Amino acid sequence: MKILIVEDELQMLENIQQNLEKENYLVETAHNCKEAQEKIGVYNYDCILLDIGLPDGDGLSLLQYLKSQQLMEAVIIVSAKDSLDDKLKGLELGADDYLPKPFYMAELNARIKAVLRRRNFDGNNSISLGNTEIFPEERRVKIKSEEVELNRKEFDILMYLVANKERLVRKPSLAEHVWGDNIDQADSFEFIYSQIKNLRKKLKSHQSSLKIKAVYGVGYKLMVE
Amino acid sequence: MKLLNYTTSYFAFLLLLIITVWALIFYWQMLDEIYDSMDDGLENQKMLVIQKAKKDPSILNKINFDDGYYTFRKVEKSDKILAHKDQYRDTTMYMLNEDDFEPVRLLESIFKHDDEYYKVKVITSMVEEDDLIEDLFYSILWLYIGMVVSILLLNNILLKKVWHPFYDLLQKLKNFNIESDQKMNYSETNIEEFKLLNQNVDRLLKKSREAYVSQKHFIENASHELQTPLAISINKLELLLESEHLDENDMRLLADGIQNLERLSKFNKSLLLLSKIENKQFENIEQLNINLILQEVIDSLKDLAELRGINIEFQQNEELFFKGNKDLMFILYMNLIKNAIIHSSKETAVIISLNKDFVSVKNEGEKALNSAVIFQRFYKQSGVTSSSGIGLALAKAIAVKYDLALDYKFKDAHIFTTKFPLHAKE
Repeated sequence: MKILIVEDELQMLENIQQNLEKENYLVETAHNCKEAQEKIGVYNYDCILLDIGLPDGDGLSLLQYLKSQQLMEAVIIVSAKDSLDDKLKGLELGADDYLPKPFYMAELNARIKAVLRRRNFDGNNSISLGNTEIFPEERRVKIKSEEVELNRKEFDILMYLVANKERLVRKPSLAEHVWGDNIDQADSFEFIYSQIKNLRKKLKSHQSSLKIKAVYGVGYKLMVE
Repeated sequence: MKLLNYTTSYFAFLLLLIITVWALIFYWQMLDEIYDSMDDGLENQKMLVIQKAKKDPSILNKINFDDGYYTFRKVEKSDKILAHKDQYRDTTMYMLNEDDFEPVRLLESIFKHDDEYYKVKVITSMVEEDDLIEDLFYSILWLYIGMVVSILLLNNILLKKVWHPFYDLLQKLKNFNIESDQKMNYSETNIEEFKLLNQNVDRLLKKSREAYVSQKHFIENASHELQTPLAISINKLELLLESEHLDENDMRLLADGIQNLERLSKFNKSLLLLSKIENKQFENIEQLNINLILQEVIDSLKDLAELRGINIEFQQNEELFFKGNKDLMFILYMNLIKNAIIHSSKETAVIISLNKDFVSVKNEGEKALNSAVIFQRFYKQSGVTSSSGIGLALAKAIAVKYDLALDYKFKDAHIFTTKFPLHAKE
């Protein structure tokens, strides 16, 4: 899978790149519109991560160009401005998703995976990890071909951990993804634990090969045995 | 004490002193004048009586006052008698009408009649000094009271008028809000001092406002600039934590570092949010169903409450609609309810009650919080280290933005109430 990151902030760019490379993507980078346009003209990408606020022009025009060229790349817009306008305009122009800055890398991973999954399979897609099979669209989970009942939060947690499998998922990131944007007002994320506990119990009772490992109070990691 | 009454009290004291001294002098002078004219009268009477005696010597035998005002007594001639001068004396005499001894003025004189010497005594009834003093005292008391009252009245009418610009300024300063751009309208005055006062207060307020604004900008800029480096640092440490050649100890250190950076980042986010609210950057306003928002907040906090063994009770007595920004209203109640959960002891309930125009969040507590400071930034209850002390400040900022009256009171339990303005009811 090949991903192009268009981002003018070097540190940020490097960070995203390192993170995505850990996920075994092929990552290319561009620092401005011009560079991005050149790269898009020459290569094909599976996904483009596009920062809207670029020094030499609006990222939205780049998106317009992409769509006019009938290029099939999935596009995720990243915007520092937490503005509804950018979001609406971007999605209207055919972007696949919108991610406001600052975001968690785990969230980015989940978004990219979701976008790619939607693009590359048509409806009939499931994720198999060991003896566990997850159907994201139908929000169903099967362990050893046996249906497992998960509540909304448990499913969202599992899905998020799966998208970041064998990677560290920090608590704030998990909380925001599952409980909503404003949950960080809750001071501590200890409440995550009770849902994790239930999820673990269910995975264990069905002898799933997925294990949720706690990482020194920082977060969790999904391990596949 | 008010300035007006303060001066009046000084006046009252001074007046008391002055009037007392004046009364003493007045009394002394009046008495002096009375004696003088009385003595003149007595002398005149003496002369009349002596004349009368020359015409009618029979009265020379009158040795008692009885029904008259004079007595005669024959005296032997002696040096002492010859040297005798008219003598005025105060004495007392029984008065039939008063049934008491009353003071009288007496003139004692010696005169010669047919080679005999006679002592004549003439009396006249005199001022009753105790009565005079009493009368004087009461008149002066009334005078004093009358003066103090009229000074008070004058002060309150006249001085109040004069001091009006001053009190007006005080009132305006009381209502001054550094956050609002509302102009101060100083009242017109011809008094130099008040003009100066107004000018200087204006200058001072402008400066404070400028300082406040620049401080706000600083906080906003600082928190904005901190955001990316913080996110990047955390990410780098995260990547490091994932690398395989670390031993357990290293990982623990890293995890600690990450957790503290996360706290910093969260705190920074709150600061930024606070700045954004104060800078009116949440203009995305829609008609909100507060019932739904509260339900959403409660759902989000359900896990936290369960973990802490706290029961959330939601009493929806009415349906409440309000125009505002959804995120902000969410954050407002998130903070209030979360606080209630965090500061409750196990197995208690947090009661959220939604009424016609107010929402209250109640949780059990032992003693009242200091309502003067709880809404201030960085106020922390001692012993709670995990809180940033900014949650209630955020709630307050949101409430202020939407004219909601956010108040705290203690009635066997902590009660936070948000009262919705009447015009918001639609």
